[in-house]
Amino acid sequence: MAGAQKTLRKEDPALLSGRGRYADDLPVPVGTLHAHVIRSPHAHADIVSIDASAALAHDGVWAVLTGDDVRNMSEPFLAAVKTPVTQWSLAVERVRYVGEPVALVVAESRYIAEDAAELVAIAYAPLEAILDPVAACEKSAPLIHPQAETNEVSVRKFCYGDTEAAFAKADRRIAMTTEFPRLSFTPIECYVVVATHNAAENSYDVLANFQGPFSMHPVMARALRVAGPKLRLRIPPDSGGSFGIKLSVFPYVVLMGLAAKITGRPVKWVEDRIEHLVSASSGPNRVTTAEAAVTKDGRILGLRLDQLEDYGAFLRAPMPGPLYRMHGAVTGAYDVANVEVVNRVVLTNKMPSSLIRGFGGPQLYLALERLMQRIAVELKLDPLDVICRNLVPAAKFPYKTAAGALYDSGDYLRAVEIATGGGRLEELKRKRAAARAAGKKYGIGFAVIVEPAMSNMGYLSTVMNAQAREKAGPKNGAVSMARVNIDPLGAVSVTADVTVQGQSHETVLAEIVSRELGLKPDDVEVVLEIDTAKDQWSIAAGTYSSRFASGTAVAAHLAAVQMRDKLKGIAARQLNVLPEDVELAQGKIRSRSNPDNALPFGRVAATSHWSPVMLPESMAPALSETGVWSPQELEPPSHDDRINTSFTYGFVFDMCGVEIDPKTYQVRVDRYVSMHDAGRILNATIAEGQIRGAFAQGVAAALYEEFTYNEEGAFLSGTFADYLVPTVSEIPPVEILHHSSPSPFTPLGAKGLAEGNCMSTPVCIANAIADALGVADVPLPATPRRIHAMLAESGKP
Amino acid sequence: MRRVSKDQKTRIALTLNGRKLAAEAEPRMLLSDFLRHGLGLTGTHVGCEHGVCGCCTVLIDGVAQRSCLTLAVQAEGREVRTVESLAGADGKLNALQQAFRNNHALQCGFCTPGILMSFTDFLARNPHPSEAEIREVLSGHLCRCTGYAGIVAAIKEASSPKQVGIMYLTSTQSDRREPFSA
Repeated sequence: MAGAQKTLRKEDPALLSGRGRYADDLPVPVGTLHAHVIRSPHAHADIVSIDASAALAHDGVWAVLTGDDVRNMSEPFLAAVKTPVTQWSLAVERVRYVGEPVALVVAESRYIAEDAAELVAIAYAPLEAILDPVAACEKSAPLIHPQAETNEVSVRKFCYGDTEAAFAKADRRIAMTTEFPRLSFTPIECYVVVATHNAAENSYDVLANFQGPFSMHPVMARALRVAGPKLRLRIPPDSGGSFGIKLSVFPYVVLMGLAAKITGRPVKWVEDRIEHLVSASSGPNRVTTAEAAVTKDGRILGLRLDQLEDYGAFLRAPMPGPLYRMHGAVTGAYDVANVEVVNRVVLTNKMPSSLIRGFGGPQLYLALERLMQRIAVELKLDPLDVICRNLVPAAKFPYKTAAGALYDSGDYLRAVEIATGGGRLEELKRKRAAARAAGKKYGIGFAVIVEPAMSNMGYLSTVMNAQAREKAGPKNGAVSMARVNIDPLGAVSVTADVTVQGQSHETVLAEIVSRELGLKPDDVEVVLEIDTAKDQWSIAAGTYSSRFASGTAVAAHLAAVQMRDKLKGIAARQLNVLPEDVELAQGKIRSRSNPDNALPFGRVAATSHWSPVMLPESMAPALSETGVWSPQELEPPSHDDRINTSFTYGFVFDMCGVEIDPKTYQVRVDRYVSMHDAGRILNATIAEGQIRGAFAQGVAAALYEEFTYNEEGAFLSGTFADYLVPTVSEIPPVEILHHSSPSPFTPLGAKGLAEGNCMSTPVCIANAIADALGVADVPLPATPRRIHAMLAESGKP
Repeated sequence: MRRVSKDQKTRIALTLNGRKLAAEAEPRMLLSDFLRHGLGLTGTHVGCEHGVCGCCTVLIDGVAQRSCLTLAVQAEGREVRTVESLAGADGKLNALQQAFRNNHALQCGFCTPGILMSFTDFLARNPHPSEAEIREVLSGHLCRCTGYAGIVAAIKEASSPKQVGIMYLTSTQSDRREPFSA
C-alpha cells in the first residue's frame, strides 16, 4: 500500500479542532449534582458499619448511598451463569476486592463530594483473601461467596471426536501449562455517566459512554426495576477509546440512576484514572494446561485443554465470555478432529473481569501456540514445519471445526508462504545465526491464529448443558441494523447500531452508502450517537467482537441498495425509461442507455417528501430505508455442544525476531511481520490503523502491562507510573501484509481485523523469547525482572 | 504576589486563545477543570490527572504544560492557548492538524489535542526535528488507539523542510517565557 493516498476521515476535522463531543463535554441540566464513589481499601472484608452523618452534614452534600439503599431500591444484576451469587451496584454487607464501590457521595460539586467522602466512617472486619486461581479452587480456600459453596462456580467438559483413541495411538504426548496475566487496554477517556430520573413517569434518561453489547440494556433496566423503554440510554457521538472496557460502565449507569432518584436531581459521575485502574475492568487471567497427541513428524491427532479462568470477585454478564467466545475456534488454525476441552470458571478477590479487545483469543492462543512451539522443540522439528503440517487445508473451506465453528474462507498455507517468503524468514534466520555467533540471545517466534468476528449471540449459552439451554429458550444469531435517510432536498444521512470509539465507522459507512447511491462520501452525513428510545437496535448492537465489517457495514450496504432500487423506480417514471435502464452515478440519476436523460440525485430523492402521490404504484415513500442483516450461519449450539461462535473467521500469521539484552534483560523486538487475511478490506487506511493499534496492545501484553496484586490483595498498579502503557519508544516497527480470501457469507466479503494482533502478538513474542533463551516457560509480561529471575533459576544468566 | 483565600472563589483573568477574559474559580480548581467546565472549552481533555498521559497539555505563555498539574489561579495574567485556537475561524485546519488527518494519526481523538499542543510548542522552537527528537517529545504522551506510527508520520510531514510558511508561530512566541516558577 506504499504510496497509496490515505483516506481523509470524516471524523478528523472536529476531533483535531477540539470540537469532539465526548460524554464529559456535553452540557448538563442546571442543578446537576456530582458523585464520588467511595471504594474498598480491603480485598476481602465484612462491612461492619457505615456512618455517613458527618458527610451528610457537610455543606453542599445531598446524599450518601450505601449497599442498603441499592438493595432496597434495585434488583441484583442478571448473570449469564446461574449461581446463588448476588451483585449490586454497591457492595452489600461484604467487600470482595480492593476498589469495590462501597458508598456514593452526591454533592453540588465533585470537589465537595470528595471532601465529604473523607467524613464517611466505614468500619471493616477483614477476611482472608484469595488471589491465586488454582488455590481458590481448593476445598480449604476462603469462599468469595459462601452461599455458592465453592469458588469454582462453573465447570463444563466438552468432547469432540475420539480424543482418547487419538492419545492412545500417538507417538508422543506433549503438554505445557501457560498463564495469561491480567491487564486492561485503559482507554484514555474514563467512564462518564449523567443520569436523570423523572419521578412523574418513573423513567430514567441516562447518558453514558457505554459501548455495548446492548444485551446489557435489559440487565440495567431490570436492576432499576423498570421496563426497557423506561430506561432511555444515550451514547454520545464521540468516545475516547473503549477496547471492550466501556461495557463495564453499566453498574454505574444503575448506581447514578438510583442517586438521581434519591436526590430528585440529575447526577453526573466522571471516573478518574485511579478509579479506572483499580476497579473498572480487567481482562481475565487464565491458567491453561494444553496437551497434544502427536505423531513423530508433528501431526496433531488430538488435543486436550484445561482452561481455568479467573473472573475476579463477580461473574458479571456477559461473562464468562472469553472462555466461550473462542469455543468453536478452540483448535485455532489447525485441522484437528479430536478435542477435549474443560472450561472452569473461578472467582477470586480481584476486580471483576469483562470485555477486552481480543476477548479470549490471547488466552487461548498463548496456550495453543506455545504448545506448537514446544512440540517442535520436543520432536526436534522446525516450528514452522509443525505449524504448516497442521493448518486447515485450503480445499476444506468452508471448514467445520471439531467444536462447531464454520470457517468461511481462507488459504492459510499460502498466507504463511507469502509472509515467510520474500527473504523475510531467511533474513531473520541470518540475523539469529549472526547474533548467536556473537554470543547474543536472539530468537524467532511464530504464531498463527484464526480471528473470529461478529459473535453469535447464542455462544454464551454453551456454558449451560443442552437440557438447561432448552429450558432457557433458544439463543443464537446476531442482528445488525443501519438506516439511510433522505431529507427534503434529497440530502442523505445514515444512522447505525454501532457506538463510536475511534474505528472510523463514519468514514466507512459514508463510503459504503455513497457508492450505491452514486454520490461522494462527503455527500453523506453519518450520525452515530445512539438513543435507545428512538434508534433501532437489537441486543447485538454496539461496537465489540469486531462486528462492524461483517455486520453493520453489511446492513448499511443493504439499506443503501434498498434505497437505490426505490430511487431507480421513482426516476424511471420521471425519466420515462424502464427501471432496469436507470443508474445512479456522479450525483445524477440517469438513463444508462442515454446518459443525457438525467436528473440531479436530490431532485429524484426528494420526491417522496414533496410528491408521494406520484410514486410508482405500491411503492412506500423512499424516505428512510432500514437494512437488517441477520446471517443464518449463526445457529444455536447443537445438542452435542457444537457452536458456530462467530460469523466470519479471518487469519493472522505473525513472525518476529527478538534479542534479549544481556545486561538489562530487556526484550527488544528486532523485526515483526504480520500477515492478515480479513477477506475484502473495506478501507486500507482504516484497516492499517486498526492493525497497528492492536499490535501495540499485543506488544503491551507481551512485555509491559499487568495488573498486579500482592498476596493480601492490595492493588499495585494504580497509576500510569505503575501500570506501564507503552509510549512511542516501546512500540517496534511492524511490517503488515495482506492476503485476501473474501468471505462467501456476506455481500461485502469483509471480515473483522481489529483484534487479531491482540491475540497473535503476545504469543509470537513469547515464542521468540523461548527460542532465544531455550526455555520452556515464558511468563508474561516478559519484563526484565521476570526474565532475569527465569534465567537465574535455570542457572543461565 | 496576589494572595487568595482557600475557601473563597477568586476571579482569574487571563488571555485565552488571544482573548482577554476572566472567570471565578476556587483556588484549588485545576486549570484543566477551569478550562473545560468554567470556560467551556472542552477540547482540552483529561486522561489521568497525574501528569503521565499528556492529553491535557496546553500552552501557557507558549510553553507546553500539563493543565491537570496546574491550578487555575496559576494562569492569572498568563496567555493560555488550547487546541481550539489551532484551526482558522473558518474551520480550516493548520498544517500540523492537516498532517494528522493526512496520516491517520488519530482514531478516537481523545489524546490528540494534547499531542497537537506539545508539538505546537516544540515545532515552534525546532521546526525541523529529527525523527529521534520527535519520538522523544511524543513519548510524553499516551495513545491507546494508533500504535503511534501515524502520529510520527504526521509530525514528520508537518516538520519536513519542504513545508514552508507553517503557522505554528503566533504572537505568543515573541514573548515566550520559561515555565512559571510561582
